[in-house]
Amino acid sequence: MTSPRGSQGVVGPARTRALSTSGRAAAQAPGSRRRLGPEPSGSRSPSTRFRLFSSLDRAACVLLRRSLPLLPRSDPAMPAPQCATCHKARAALRRPRSGRALCGACFCAAFEAEVLHTVVAGRLLPPGAVVAVGASGGKDSTVLAHVLQVLAPRLGISLRLVAVDEGIGGYRDAALAAVRRQAARWELPLTVVAYADLFGGWTMDAVARSTAGSGRSRACCTFCGVLRRRALEEGARLVGATHIVTGHNADDMAETVLMNFLRGDAARLARGGGLGSPGEGGALPRCRPLQLASQKEVVLYAHFRRLDYFSEECVYAPEAFRGHARHLLKLLEAARPSAVLDLVHSAERLALAPAARPPAPGACSRCGALASRALCQACALLDGLNRGRPRLAIGKGRRGLDEAGPPRDGEPERAPAPEAVPAF
Amino acid sequence: MCQVGEDYAEPASEEPPPRQPGREQKCVKCKEGLPVVVIRAGDAFCRDCFKAFYIHKFRAVLGKNRLIFPGEKVLLAWSGGPSSSSMVWQVLEGLSRESAKRLRFVPGIVCIDEGAACGLSPEARAKTLAEMKLILQTVGFPWHVVALEEVFDLPPSVLRCFAQEPVETEGAYKAAVDSFLQQQHVLGAEGAGDSPSLAQGEEQLSWPCTQDPQNPQSPDRPPTAAQTEALSRLFDSVKTLTAKEELLQALRTHLILHVARTHGYSKVMTGDSCTRLAIKLMTSLALGRGAFLAWDTGFSDERHGDVVVVRPMREHTLKEVAFYNHLFAVPSVFTPALDTKAPEKASIHRLMEAFMLRLQDQFPSTVSTVYRTSEKLVKAPRDGCAASPPGPRCLLCMCALDIDTADSATAFGAQTPLHLSQTQPPTPPPTAPCCSAGMGRVQGCCGGARPCEREDPRACVIEQLCYGCRVNMKDLPSLDPLPPYILAEARLRSQRYQRPLCSGSPGGPWGGAPAGPLPTQLLPQGLHRAADPGVPG
Repeated sequence: MTSPRGSQGVVGPARTRALSTSGRAAAQAPGSRRRLGPEPSGSRSPSTRFRLFSSLDRAACVLLRRSLPLLPRSDPAMPAPQCATCHKARAALRRPRSGRALCGACFCAAFEAEVLHTVVAGRLLPPGAVVAVGASGGKDSTVLAHVLQVLAPRLGISLRLVAVDEGIGGYRDAALAAVRRQAARWELPLTVVAYADLFGGWTMDAVARSTAGSGRSRACCTFCGVLRRRALEEGARLVGATHIVTGHNADDMAETVLMNFLRGDAARLARGGGLGSPGEGGALPRCRPLQLASQKEVVLYAHFRRLDYFSEECVYAPEAFRGHARHLLKLLEAARPSAVLDLVHSAERLALAPAARPPAPGACSRCGALASRALCQACALLDGLNRGRPRLAIGKGRRGLDEAGPPRDGEPERAPAPEAVPAF
Repeated sequence: MCQVGEDYAEPASEEPPPRQPGREQKCVKCKEGLPVVVIRAGDAFCRDCFKAFYIHKFRAVLGKNRLIFPGEKVLLAWSGGPSSSSMVWQVLEGLSRESAKRLRFVPGIVCIDEGAACGLSPEARAKTLAEMKLILQTVGFPWHVVALEEVFDLPPSVLRCFAQEPVETEGAYKAAVDSFLQQQHVLGAEGAGDSPSLAQGEEQLSWPCTQDPQNPQSPDRPPTAAQTEALSRLFDSVKTLTAKEELLQALRTHLILHVARTHGYSKVMTGDSCTRLAIKLMTSLALGRGAFLAWDTGFSDERHGDVVVVRPMREHTLKEVAFYNHLFAVPSVFTPALDTKAPEKASIHRLMEAFMLRLQDQFPSTVSTVYRTSEKLVKAPRDGCAASPPGPRCLLCMCALDIDTADSATAFGAQTPLHLSQTQPPTPPPTAPCCSAGMGRVQGCCGGARPCEREDPRACVIEQLCYGCRVNMKDLPSLDPLPPYILAEARLRSQRYQRPLCSGSPGGPWGGAPAGPLPTQLLPQGLHRAADPGVPG
């Protein structure tokens, strides 16, 4: 059933296939084909470049727009193959991973089966668990929530949506509207936790203002990532959850490992790569059921199930270092389609020296959360912000804090994507 | 750079404005000489201090690791490029110093002519070869020039790992050095050196002219046209440049290994510089070789057992190498490689190289950060299951196979089977189609106790490869153009593994897959089988 065309993506007539390839290429290396702004290949400034890399959601939109007309259309020269699973419907896409041609329904079924297998084989969500889904309104968390809802009866779990409001004007409020619509449609209880309430009035906009102005990069993503994980934990406790799930997909994991090597973060490399954290020391166990699904498949699933999600990127995203890793990953994927899974495979099998591994976690002296040092990272960051020295907890030595520890900027909580553009 | 442990800062704005190298600036080391080169971020060195710094780094890397014993035969892998030329030059200079600081091993040079793989014309190859021979004669070590076509004559034993006794301890190294020095002293007193390397008090090592520096087995005759044709057919049949480069790397390694074993060299030195190793590390990550990073980029690589590959240039950045070669006129030969003039997006190697160098421009500590992280990698399986007996090794890269447990994240669905048509479609709905396709293939091999070689030689070869090599093999539509030694070794190994299965034993010392009816769970990919205890390595 494999047609000689062989490449991944949506199956269709040759003419529009060229379009789709270029569209996908645009999605992958958005620089030169984007409608916005100046030519990025010459410019070095991160902002233009990363805005153009633009989050995969915009790419997802492009992919969707271009894939809609490519659904089965008859072409006498090259008839679209039949679905490899049901052999009845015409194939609508070719799976990026295996190259099999599947129709929409079979693909969705396969996707759900794979997520089910991930959860069951890894024993991630035992029956009777109350699962808090970190919902941001983006494609990953939307797909995650939908799939888990479909699988909930089989797994015996109940779901709660937890959304985090970081206080980023113009971005998060729009995303939250999407989350509320989803909660209404699926009839799942939704809890919104806001930074302003949890962290003494510090919204991300306030943090950005506070860290700006020294001529350096603002490191907003550092704050946001740490605080969001804390907020998610708080929200999960509020709803009485026993597990937390987030929508990180395979591309996120691949970017993380690339980024950690480029930054030299041996501690995170030693910790990462697994399927989640078991939740030591009182923290709730977390997992990432979509970890093995590549981003393309998540987008395609959202398309075939006609899910409604929010697809803009965060206003602070262009400054993140993760943008470099993301760009590299897009290039690698163009050169070799299995690059994402190869990276995930590599990440799982890294062997780091025992000295590079982070110390066993204890409890934060202030808030009691999981911490590798006397103060957990969230408390340390907030401490710095409150003292008017926002960079106190970032960088070597953490001078000025009332604890002495090894000068490593390790995250106390189990953080799979430390410098993430907010996870979708 | 957004580096762990450092302030988040754009380095350009943070440094003091760069001082113009005017008359006032002096070498940072001796504070007297006029600086000629800037190393790292702003350290200006004068010519002599730079030379001393460079040489010191080379000696320090060798001395710190204490792997090269005195009197040992070491093969220098020279490609003609700047890094390996610099390495050869360092060895040459190191051997000619006063006795106390002299390097104490016996070098030889091997040079592989890869023109056929790169598609060069015979005239171009001959020209390059002539230039190389000129330099080799100047250097004066025993040299071996081998054409890549000779892979077609390699024996299958080149793919076997001959287990060595464990690396000697520190005490043994010291004892070896002491005994060597004593020997030297005795010989010096007698006034006669019967082996050229023990001659003392000479400025230049002189090889006795009775020793033919050329490899008697591969004299000047060029490889036959048939072999050249076969090699170009092999490389033309590979679909992507990435896979070509990996294949070339594997063949080159095997050839060097063979030369080393034939002539009794126990160590091979390659000229990988810091920049190249950082790029190689990131490339290996992207190729799925995360389990073997320590072997691929560490100082010593002892996966072949008796021959250890050593990388003494690993702390020199490409910039330092280039400046040294320029300032001190180190001869090198430019040979076009597979990816010369290839566009940036042609292969993963090129992509990664371009990316790292571009990032290095923006954040000058990128390469050194990656290098430092690579030093923290250890040569062990991730879970530290050192108690398990050594498993089977990959056919091509000779690392312990990293496709193992069923519940590893990528075992599921990631192994896209090569012959989907061969496998039965999945009947139970809960299992996903991808993984049962993989299962089906394994089922075909071990479920029915039929020798798989009769069914599908390609599947048998694929099963003996590690994850990274498997992904590369996908770009090779047919295994026939491969050199015969690879296929022969694959057949041999699969026969060895088949025997216990045919006899019905359910599993080996590694708790391998049961040969009985398959449950619907995932199987390991059929590699943890009972192996003949006689299998080396």
